[in-house]
Amino acid sequence: MKVRILVSLKESVLDPQGQTVKNALHTLGYNQIKDVRQGKVFEIELEGLGRSEAEKIIPEIADRVLANPIIEKFIWEILEA
Amino acid sequence: MKFGVVVFPGSNCDYDTFHALQNVMGQETVFLWHKEHDLQRVDCVVLPGGFSYGDYLRSGAIARFSPIMREVKKFADSGGLVLGICNGFQILLEAGLLPGAMLRNKNLKFLCQHVHIRIENNRTAFSNAGHRGQVLRIPIAHFDGNYYAPPDLLSGLEKNGQIIFRYCDEKGKLSEAANVNGSVHSIAGLINRQGNVLGMMPHPERAAEKILGSEDGKIIFQSILNYLEKKKGTGKKKATRGVRPAVSPLPPLIGTS
Repeated sequence: MKVRILVSLKESVLDPQGQTVKNALHTLGYNQIKDVRQGKVFEIELEGLGRSEAEKIIPEIADRVLANPIIEKFIWEILEA
Repeated sequence: MKFGVVVFPGSNCDYDTFHALQNVMGQETVFLWHKEHDLQRVDCVVLPGGFSYGDYLRSGAIARFSPIMREVKKFADSGGLVLGICNGFQILLEAGLLPGAMLRNKNLKFLCQHVHIRIENNRTAFSNAGHRGQVLRIPIAHFDGNYYAPPDLLSGLEKNGQIIFRYCDEKGKLSEAANVNGSVHSIAGLINRQGNVLGMMPHPERAAEKILGSEDGKIIFQSILNYLEKKKGTGKKKATRGVRPAVSPLPPLIGTS
């Protein structure tokens, strides 16, 4: 099973890297870009797990290890069952 | 007193810290390899600066799973003194021994420079050799030192006197310019609620000798010694006097002055 987890800073936390990317895009003339938030992508392969077990484990590892819940949030999706 | 300096793969201030404690402060000091399970009966554990595990994932995020961290946590839970410097501070945050988290510096630059920090609370095991409002000149060297805590946590830290150091200018004034990495409330160092765990971004071990340009870092080490000596001294009195209780109670680890 392949899973993708996206980790990014919470809306309440300033993201200077995202801001810098936005400014660079504006410099290139892409003035339609309203905001940029930067994050991390994890692609994880699981084996020997049913879907319901995976749905339990994925948010658990994201919360315990992949993201720091004080500053970050995460979303995830199963790419291949 | 006996100090233990934890060595993670990627620690790079371990020898500087060892030198400051053993040769400058004259204390017995041992290295504690991160895979060990034994703290060798040290009186104080120091998590030194560096780039443990290459700062992968987040600074300090992987080091917290090292075997020795289980012992450090037990030691801290039982009241043992733990000092985290720079990457050591980041590890303490990730391990949950201190509240809050680190973000990238506000200007997205690695900062390696002398800064001034102000002692906000000197009634702690880590700052009693200084006075409140005293300005120390100590270097920083970090990419992720922009301390963040959500508003409710922050107000608790302020109320409980847990903020020990703030970035300031040489006169002790707080300003946005002096707050080089963008930390909330200019926080450069804080302790846990119990007062036995300190994390600080500036490097006291790099400011412990005149030849290095500043001796202000010694105040932190001397404070720890003062505290430990008082604590041990009280213990001795207790033993020799038998049933009589110790005359003076342990100095408060933390108090708001």
